[in-house]
Amino acid sequence: MALLSLDNVSVTIGRLHPLDGISFDLDRKEILGIVGESGSGKSLTALSVMGLLPLIGGKVTKGAIVFDGIDLVSLPETDYRRLRGKRIALISQNPMTSLDPIIRIGAQIDQVSQLHLGLSAVAAQARSIELMQQLRIPDAATIHGNYPHQLSGGMKQRMVIAMALAADPDLIIADEPTTALDVTIQAQIIQIMVDLVRERGLALMLITHDMGVVAQACDRVVVLYAGRVAEQAGVADIFATPKHPYTRELIRCIPRHGQAPGSLKGIPGTVPSVMDYPSGCRFHPRCAHAQAICGTEVPLLEQKTSGRAACHLTEVLAHG
Amino acid sequence: MLGYIIKRLLQLIPVFIVVSMIIFSIIHLVPGDPIDSMMQIGSTPEQRAELTARYGLDKPLPVQYGIWLAKMLRGDLGEAIILRQPVTALIAQNLPHSLLLGVLALAFSTIVGIVAGALAAVFKDSWIDRSVMTLILLGSTVPSFWLGLLLILLFAVQLGWFPVSGARTWSALVLPVLAIGLGGIALVARVTRVAMLDIARRDFVMMLHAKGLSRWRIQFGHILRHALLPVVTILSLRIGWILGGAVTIEYVFARPGLGSLLITSLNQRDYPVVQGCLLMLAIAVMLGTLIGDLVQAAMDPRVRDSST
Amino acid sequence: MTTLASTEFASSTLGKVLLSPRGGLSALCLAIVIICAVFAPLVSPYQYDIQNLPLANREPSWAHWMGTDEFGRDLLSRIIHGARTSLTVAVVAIGISVAIGMSLGAAAGYFGGLFDRLVTAAVDLSWSFPEILIALILIAIVGPGLGSTMIAIGIAYLAQFTRLTRAQVMALKNETYIEATKNLGAGHFHIIFRHLLPNALPPVIVAGMLATGNAIILEATLGFFGLGAQPPTPSWGGMMSSGTAQIFIAPWIIIFPGLAIAITVIAINLFGDAIIEALDIRNRLRDA
Repeated sequence: MALLSLDNVSVTIGRLHPLDGISFDLDRKEILGIVGESGSGKSLTALSVMGLLPLIGGKVTKGAIVFDGIDLVSLPETDYRRLRGKRIALISQNPMTSLDPIIRIGAQIDQVSQLHLGLSAVAAQARSIELMQQLRIPDAATIHGNYPHQLSGGMKQRMVIAMALAADPDLIIADEPTTALDVTIQAQIIQIMVDLVRERGLALMLITHDMGVVAQACDRVVVLYAGRVAEQAGVADIFATPKHPYTRELIRCIPRHGQAPGSLKGIPGTVPSVMDYPSGCRFHPRCAHAQAICGTEVPLLEQKTSGRAACHLTEVLAHG
Repeated sequence: MLGYIIKRLLQLIPVFIVVSMIIFSIIHLVPGDPIDSMMQIGSTPEQRAELTARYGLDKPLPVQYGIWLAKMLRGDLGEAIILRQPVTALIAQNLPHSLLLGVLALAFSTIVGIVAGALAAVFKDSWIDRSVMTLILLGSTVPSFWLGLLLILLFAVQLGWFPVSGARTWSALVLPVLAIGLGGIALVARVTRVAMLDIARRDFVMMLHAKGLSRWRIQFGHILRHALLPVVTILSLRIGWILGGAVTIEYVFARPGLGSLLITSLNQRDYPVVQGCLLMLAIAVMLGTLIGDLVQAAMDPRVRDSST
Repeated sequence: MTTLASTEFASSTLGKVLLSPRGGLSALCLAIVIICAVFAPLVSPYQYDIQNLPLANREPSWAHWMGTDEFGRDLLSRIIHGARTSLTVAVVAIGISVAIGMSLGAAAGYFGGLFDRLVTAAVDLSWSFPEILIALILIAIVGPGLGSTMIAIGIAYLAQFTRLTRAQVMALKNETYIEATKNLGAGHFHIIFRHLLPNALPPVIVAGMLATGNAIILEATLGFFGLGAQPPTPSWGGMMSSGTAQIFIAPWIIIFPGLAIAITVIAINLFGDAIIEALDIRNRLRDA
């Protein structure tokens, strides 16, 4: 059985329905990429697994989220708290803003192991410094006593990773962990996370908009578009034979070596607003292949040989 | 931190000079010859000449200011005209009363204000929030001296729990502190509430939830701690308002203190005393602001690092 | 036709203010206070200065709704006339404050340089001193009385409007349309008075309203100290001041004038709040 399994999950925030029928599985020792443009519902997927939707006034209205046999949707808040940070950890988008600016970095890491593993302050500190050393942080003991504003962005993100690891979680959700960082640091941080998962046998849900990161790190990919799953497949398959036109566009947009500067193309059009999702296939207004059916019928996510895509035209496109 | 303290102290020097110049000039801006306002009715020309010489009023203004400043720094603020005592002695008698009242009122309004503001933020839109908001509205609109009079009417005249006036017993402090405190509570509670609601929306709070901390620990261990920063800022800016409240309330409760002394002397046009009192109040405001800044630097590592 | 007109009214700023429960109620209170102030001799049941010593310190009755003071004067009539004094002092004082503050702030924000630094330093200096202390310093110079109270209060609130106008002008002056007007050859005077100040006006007016409430309290406090309007001119603060001597026998002399102040100031605050909501300018007020 998969460690984490989402089955037909829909999320409501006020009168909006930003997620609609999301399903995917994630196993131990696996890195799953969740890909999509901003506004596609990637971060909300993370929040629904963390049980933090109420903070932004949202809730899971349909479907099931099961983590290691525990039904998360109906889990009481007190039990959920024992999972968060302990078994499911979050690495957030922006390390600049996700650390408490007036508390020493080390204390913020210690807090997790003190809370969840019941360590004493001294033991927690020793553990944090050891973790920091494993993350190849130089002079860990000094940095343990620093404040966030005294560190660089890349260093802060390592601290957030250390914080996520502090209670030995089974699942890490990394929400665009490198977007706020310099390009040179990005690959480094991704590599650190990949190594961790491989060494410790964790499961990692890596949320990104960057197909390059997917290619570097992931085993499998879920492509989200406008709150629905467009396609999911193994990473080799998705790059070799993308089935959904949206996936093709995403892959086409990866910058390549030797490309003339300025020739980088985005996908024409914009992600539809959650207030105003198009009917039928939500991608059809931007799709070059759209047919009449695409505007009226919602395509189902169908099981295919090497992956699944929610598109009416997969057969046509595969041969054309 | 030491460097920061020294820097802030040095910054106060020009402020002090400007303020002392304004206070010095009071006596010269008063319409008419300053010496007339200092003399008793029926003084002889000899007395007049003696007074003129004593206050150096025959010298050019900058020199007079220099003499005044030098004397003041040695603790000589001149002699009260009506009360016929050295102004320094009058201030020494009255300052402890004001200081005690001011510090108690400040502590009271800070503590109650923070608790009220925090509860209002945590239970936003509940009856607690609404009562605190009403308290804030009343505290910022009801004149403190009237509140003082109402408290006297109810608790001193009707119920007889506390003395009507004076400063002989500790219980005489209760009503004045309450009267000054309501305005301070309103100020502190409003800032605390707004800051907590604002901070609760920051990214790092989401991370605290993700770490599995309880709502209470996040609200009171982290968010409130952040909210105290703007509270200290506003208190250091507005510490004068609390002291200003003390001036008014001392007069209402006929308590000894700088405020009572100031108002009485203003009514009697006893200018050396007025100058002395204003100077002490100005110094109190400046020191209060300084202490506020230092507390802020002690609480926020970013302030320390950016300004040393 | 009427429906159209009423929808239009409801969506106008004034309509939004008056139709909100707080805004409507506070507007009603304010209207009553202002009518009392303007038509004081017509509205008040007795003349405010008629003494009637046998009737001194009478408690509220049908003849004297709020009782009488130590000279047997009708308290209600004195409070109605006191409204006139309080409102006049507060409005004139804040008028002075707004006029000078806006000019200083606009000039400082627009021209910048040494002038701006001087103005900012002066504003910062007076910012940390409570208005009551600044007003007391000024009264010490000018002497007690109605006129000096106005001047003292006006100067005490100067910093606030200078700061607010300066912030608004600083935010606006680099906007494209201002640059464009400048490039078209408009003079400084034209730009400040035709473009910058009109845009800076809404937050300043609202801040001015709220400050009027505080000015009423300050005026009453000075009056209570015996430094404001001198007898026999009735003022809310002065009435309470003389009432303190009667606190054991005639507490209403203290209660009613204070109530008048509290209700007026609360109404001003709620009304100002409703305007802030209707104009949606809370952020612009907070920035300054």
